[in-house]
Amino acid sequence: MSWKIAMATDLQRGSALQRWLWVIQECLVSAISSIRAHGLRSVLTMLGVIIGVASVICVVALVQGLSRTISQQFEGLGSSTLTLRSYTPLQDQLRGKVNRLQPSDLDELRARIDGITHLTPIVFAGQRFGAEVRNGANTANGQLLGSTASYQDVQQQFPRVGRFITASDDDSRRRVVVLGEQIRKDLKLPEDPSGQFVQIGREWFKVVGVMEARGEVFGQSQDSFLVMPYQTALAVTGVITQPDLWISFSVVDMDSVANVKQRVAGLIRRLHRIAKDQPDDFRVESAETLAKTFQQISNTVTFVVAGVVGISLLVGGIGIMNIMLVSVTERTREVGIAKALGAPRRFILMQFLIEAMLLALTGGVIGIVLGFSLAFGIAALIPNFPTPAVPWWVVLGSCGFSALIGMVFGLLPARKAANLAPIDALRYE
Amino acid sequence: MIELRGIGKTYALGGVSFDALDAVDLDIDSNAFVALTGSSGSGKSTLMNILGCLDTPSRGSYTLDGEAVSGLDEDQLAQVRNRKIGFVFQNFYLMPRMTALDNVAQPLIYRGVSPALRRARAAEALERVGLADRAGHRPNELSGGQRQRVAVARALVGQPELLLADEPTGNLDSRTAREIMTLFAQLHSEGQCVVIVTHDPAIAACCQRVVRLQDGHVVEDRYGH
Repeated sequence: MSWKIAMATDLQRGSALQRWLWVIQECLVSAISSIRAHGLRSVLTMLGVIIGVASVICVVALVQGLSRTISQQFEGLGSSTLTLRSYTPLQDQLRGKVNRLQPSDLDELRARIDGITHLTPIVFAGQRFGAEVRNGANTANGQLLGSTASYQDVQQQFPRVGRFITASDDDSRRRVVVLGEQIRKDLKLPEDPSGQFVQIGREWFKVVGVMEARGEVFGQSQDSFLVMPYQTALAVTGVITQPDLWISFSVVDMDSVANVKQRVAGLIRRLHRIAKDQPDDFRVESAETLAKTFQQISNTVTFVVAGVVGISLLVGGIGIMNIMLVSVTERTREVGIAKALGAPRRFILMQFLIEAMLLALTGGVIGIVLGFSLAFGIAALIPNFPTPAVPWWVVLGSCGFSALIGMVFGLLPARKAANLAPIDALRYE
Repeated sequence: MIELRGIGKTYALGGVSFDALDAVDLDIDSNAFVALTGSSGSGKSTLMNILGCLDTPSRGSYTLDGEAVSGLDEDQLAQVRNRKIGFVFQNFYLMPRMTALDNVAQPLIYRGVSPALRRARAAEALERVGLADRAGHRPNELSGGQRQRVAVARALVGQPELLLADEPTGNLDSRTAREIMTLFAQLHSEGQCVVIVTHDPAIAACCQRVVRLQDGHVVEDRYGH
């Protein structure tokens, strides 16, 4: 009797919150010990979630890395640079109608709009999709551009060797050309081909420089072009095809970009005699809007891929449910003992739920690490591929989704365990 | 302390119903040392399940420590088991992955006792059954007698009104069985109410009172020494 009285004095319970924390702590300890007791089985169970999360992380990391690099390239163009180009709606294109910007538009722009510099025309000479260039027996295909000295400032791309087109080249309509790196390679010209001659159509052009290489984006070379003086391009090709111009220019005062945009649009509408209720036959775009468009595309790709791969997480969840059902059956006796000792239903439920969630979450974390390694491995294997980047929301989302999967698919086995009758569970062999 | 009135339990097996217990009346005092005996199929296991609140009777009323247990739901019964009853089973029923100390502390988890206090109480209970030096061992590192002592410590840790043992010596050799019975006798002398379910007359003979069941009825209720 004495012992009992001595003990009875301080078997008090904690506060409600404390009791909850102790219960969760107890469930975690039991879950970890059970997961570790079946090491191989636990890893195999997690495999579905691991593969699912790893693929999400890997794909998202690659796409986001790529899009970040491209955004940076766009930013290189400068946010104060605007590009004016013609625009033909698809219906009109199908009817054979093509809107164009004329050399006269350029002259008007130069004369009437103030507060802009680096006014650069770009004419796409030859066919719209490129022209054939020859150097003896070697040929190359590339975009044939006619532009002025400001082109390099606007594009933020400069000659690697030799020089760019100068104002005097343009004034004298010299037959000179600056090559993109890819064209130089295709033509098997030396590293510094300055002074050599290449043939475009029936005309001969002297090479004066080679531009810096830009590499590939989505497997497409960014160095497959050549630039000749604007006036030369008009003279050479203008007779054959009516040129369509792009006009780039920088706004001197960053704050007046919107204002300049408006004035340019008003001027071109007047020049093209567009009625008040008709839409523009041109677009004024800043590098920013291009970057934004690309960002949207890459985000869409990310979401679609994440969604598709998310389905594999469901498969992983079913794997977890399967093993948890086996685990409940194996531990029927343990559940019976716990119930005999006074464990309430919700405690048993929580214990198995937490175990399922921990399984899924551990799989998710392993998957994140694996996905990261995979993404960096792939990026390292492909030359010139940008560094992968994983936004924090993808990491958090993967963890959260894994835990959710564990909870949803753990519910059925946990309920099965919690609903066992104590004597049946105790007698289970 | 225990009051059974007109307790009956009917099982339906394959469309045939059969009474495992029928009209059992039984009173047990708070400092009793009782053996429930009977041959296999006599209904003693069913009675033990009902006494232990592991199962509910089909008929009759059961009052434990002044509380009417018959009408309680599953979670309320779990609470009664946790606070008022300590179980000792034939097969020990210890958690294989847990140490002796954690096994003993387990019932206190469900009572909302802090981890530190749980360990302190479990250590005291282990000391009481003479196993203080085995606290860190797992069940498979202990002998049968030691395992049953751990189970007794676990039954005692929550200071139950009733210690309910189901064939506690069934899996032990006779010397160890005697030790366990000595332990029960000692606990009884310290004021613990002990009820032992056994088919072994030698074990029953150690108790103060022997209640014998046959075909679901109490056929003998005898006080010994």
